[in-house]
Amino acid sequence: MTREEVYERLNKVFREVLDDETIELHDETVADDVEGWDSFEHINIVVAVEEEFGFKIPMGKTVKMKNVGEMVDLIMESGH
Amino acid sequence: MKDLEYPFDAESIRKQKKSLRRKLLSDASSSFVEKKIAILGGQTTQDIKLLLELFLLNFGIKPEFYESEYNQYYEEGRFPNEELMKFAPDLIYICTCVRNIQDFPLLSDEKEEVLRKKNVVMEKFTSLWQYIAQTYHCPIIQNNFEYPYFRLLGNKDASDIHGRVNFVTSLNSAFYEYAQNNENFYICDVNYISASYGLDKWSDPFYWHMYKYAVAVPAIPYLSFNVANIIKSVYGKNKKAFNLDLDNTMWGGIVGDDGPENIEIGQETSVAQAYSEFQEYIRLHKQLGVLLTVNSKNDEANAVAGLERPDSVLHKDDFISFKANWNPKSMNLVETAKELNLLPESFVFVDDNPAERAIIEDQVPGVATPPIDRVEQYVQLLDKSGFFEVTSLSKDDLKRTEMYQENARRAQFEASFANYEDYLRSLDMKAEIRPFAAMYMSRIAQLTNKSNQFNLTTKRYSQAEIEEVAQDADHVTLYGKLSDRFGDNGVVSVVIGRIGGQDRDELHIELWLMSCRVLKRNMEFAMMDELVSRARGLGIKKIFGYYYPTGKNAMVREFFATQGFALIGKDENDNTTWEFVVNEEYENKQNVIAVNTAEEGE
Repeated sequence: MTREEVYERLNKVFREVLDDETIELHDETVADDVEGWDSFEHINIVVAVEEEFGFKIPMGKTVKMKNVGEMVDLIMESGH
Repeated sequence: MKDLEYPFDAESIRKQKKSLRRKLLSDASSSFVEKKIAILGGQTTQDIKLLLELFLLNFGIKPEFYESEYNQYYEEGRFPNEELMKFAPDLIYICTCVRNIQDFPLLSDEKEEVLRKKNVVMEKFTSLWQYIAQTYHCPIIQNNFEYPYFRLLGNKDASDIHGRVNFVTSLNSAFYEYAQNNENFYICDVNYISASYGLDKWSDPFYWHMYKYAVAVPAIPYLSFNVANIIKSVYGKNKKAFNLDLDNTMWGGIVGDDGPENIEIGQETSVAQAYSEFQEYIRLHKQLGVLLTVNSKNDEANAVAGLERPDSVLHKDDFISFKANWNPKSMNLVETAKELNLLPESFVFVDDNPAERAIIEDQVPGVATPPIDRVEQYVQLLDKSGFFEVTSLSKDDLKRTEMYQENARRAQFEASFANYEDYLRSLDMKAEIRPFAAMYMSRIAQLTNKSNQFNLTTKRYSQAEIEEVAQDADHVTLYGKLSDRFGDNGVVSVVIGRIGGQDRDELHIELWLMSCRVLKRNMEFAMMDELVSRARGLGIKKIFGYYYPTGKNAMVREFFATQGFALIGKDENDNTTWEFVVNEEYENKQNVIAVNTAEEGE
């Protein structure tokens, strides 16, 4: 799966969970850049990403992710 | 909305909760009752709340929420709390979890010490429940405890008093004991729900350590759905009847083609056993007051022959209505509803044929149409749907089928009279019409939440509110109980009036309802006679009636006119106001019911 493909699916997940069709994610995107991405919705995003890509993000890595780029790295590493 | 009915897709509900919410709120055809719900959490409750909102909206309940700070369920619920007081909750949900138990037994503890630790937890919770009951006078929903996610003693954890599993089991039992002895207190059985979901997945510690959710986020819809079921039951929104297909639903095969001797029912084959078990499950619902009706495409003789097999669990007289014909099922269902004075949406339509279900969904919106598929799964699917979630069981519920059978006998009896008044006279009706009495408070509250059709203002009351109104010097209350030669209908009518006016000579009717099971018996006139008589005793000069249309109560639009009120106002929403002048010349409107022939208090 290419990075572009991951972004396509990731955008879809974020748009669905945050009910905002205008979301466009980039490597540097952080929670503050996206309206509605607060600490409560963060968990729903993490779970939805896990469901979309079919793998569990370990707790240690969940807490260390700094931006969307690192989330994409994780997804690509998982091989899904 | 189909998306929110069991068996729902929990994943897509969670993902689409925002757009689902938007859709539910913008659906112009739905009307909502508004309820204030306080959630006192021992864990994060944000998503539990949001999902609960979706399920409640789907039940026609629009919640407004108060949410405690994280893990402040005790602090905010147990002590004076100005904010919560101002919020004035209609219901409080205490969303605690096994991680809220702080002091588990140690292996070194003596028996007395284990008991002491249990009592500490129980005292904490009991004092919380009691404070809430005294302060907010509202129903409480309390989670019981899910099992711990580890077992130090292995299997012995269940039986040894030092085991956490044992400790949790004993606490849950103590919770149940409180529930058995206190009204308006309901357990949300997290212990069962988590087991049904799978405890390991439910208690995935990831969600606790990351977000302080004791219930795994993917499992939240199942928890919220159960809480919503309890709430909708408290507010009288349960389903009331099964509308059942026969061929391949109640037995295997098609009785018209295969012959009654060849359908699958009884104990001979596995499939026959599964159908028998399903029939037994349906039969058990009679105890809850759920009415059983048949809706089958069959010649009646064939349908009856299927049920006449000696090994059939259900028999024809278990059904209060029996429609085996070749009419569209939607038509049968609507007619059945009419005969029983129920709304079509009170029915659960059980049919193995997806095409029949689709027609019902299309033609009779609001009817539940569970997608039953394989007979061995029928029971679980219906059971988890929570259609008939029990919060209180009144004596009326237990004998509802009997009451409808009495009605059927009345109808037969009626046919033997040429003149309707002669018929009414011959029924030998006796009514008890008196101010609210302690023994009827729960039934009165139940009626205010269940009655939709013969209901002038559709105002809903909790039992606590009914008790308050009963004691209030500014209110006149009446319940009406009707019996006749065929049986006792119990409490069937309720009137609440508020005394107003500078000289306290006005009575404003805030509630007037009657159960449809006693329509056309002149009970409404008996209520009016008694109301006028009580009003006169209090020096009331004018009675004001109010009619608020809801889409379900068209049958009483002209009710006050028939009672002799004059129309004095109408607003843009077609709400009408009526006036009745009380004077000495009032003549009783009915003389076929003997009212209050027994002494008060009897």
